[in-house]
Amino acid sequence: MNNEEDIITKIVVISSDSVLPIDAAMKVYESENAITIKETCFGTMVTGPRAAVDRVVAELRNMDRNHIFVKERGFHPGDERRCRAVRGGGPRPGFHYLREEVQMLPMIGKALDAYDQHVPPAEIHRTDKIDVKKLKDIIESNL
Amino acid sequence: MAKVIIYPINSLILSDLVERFGHKPLAMMEKIKDKVNTVGVDSPPLNITAEEPKKGLKYAAVEVPAGVRGRMSIVGPMIDEAEAAVIVNEASMAFGCMGCARTNELTKYLIRQKEIPILEVEYPRSEEEGKEFVYKIAEFLKSLPMESRS
Repeated sequence: MNNEEDIITKIVVISSDSVLPIDAAMKVYESENAITIKETCFGTMVTGPRAAVDRVVAELRNMDRNHIFVKERGFHPGDERRCRAVRGGGPRPGFHYLREEVQMLPMIGKALDAYDQHVPPAEIHRTDKIDVKKLKDIIESNL
Repeated sequence: MAKVIIYPINSLILSDLVERFGHKPLAMMEKIKDKVNTVGVDSPPLNITAEEPKKGLKYAAVEVPAGVRGRMSIVGPMIDEAEAAVIVNEASMAFGCMGCARTNELTKYLIRQKEIPILEVEYPRSEEEGKEFVYKIAEFLKSLPMESRS
């Protein structure tokens, strides 16, 4: 694999009470010079050679391990095929999905905290879906 | 480190959890990166060519819409590569942005056909369900072998 192929982008989503996206950005600036970052509303995007990005992402995670989430991104930041600046505004493709997941992150963060403290999950009673026969009876009874 | 395919295939939470517990997530993003960043673009802007539906024929029959086959040309090889799987059922966001309900069904079907360890969990809708969700995934990932088979 040549160097050009080895450039990756990772999305770092921060759902922490103690770490702000700017803190993460400053941490990145301090640690590596081979990578570029873009601060966003949900965290930062880190672009650079895979080894450097992995190193930085590991450092960022350690700032608040259970409340910082990371995934790889296909397109680099500012890629004209995705960047809003070029496409005339509107959410970029993929943003809605990310936003939906970002809303779940506080819950997942708390669950990870509980898992680390070896708190077993409480038993959940899910309501069963209604039986087809019963549904038919209800429909017919209304006729 | 096992290669774990996740469903929904571009999930931040699943991708993060798999990596967090020491395995390699097989997710859409990496494959898309290869598609969009490879030099020598055949059909700009996304490098998806007429060849893709043909590759998808391995996973879906010819009468299946080209969109499904095109998607399967990316998802299919990921399923072939997978050594374990985490499937989240009834994920609300797997409908819509994910593009294609039939591809999703076929993806889940092909994963289930493979003889690999599979965890199926329900999409969490409350804090308690979230705890159960993370607990099940964490325990499953910890049970997988840390050495790669390949």
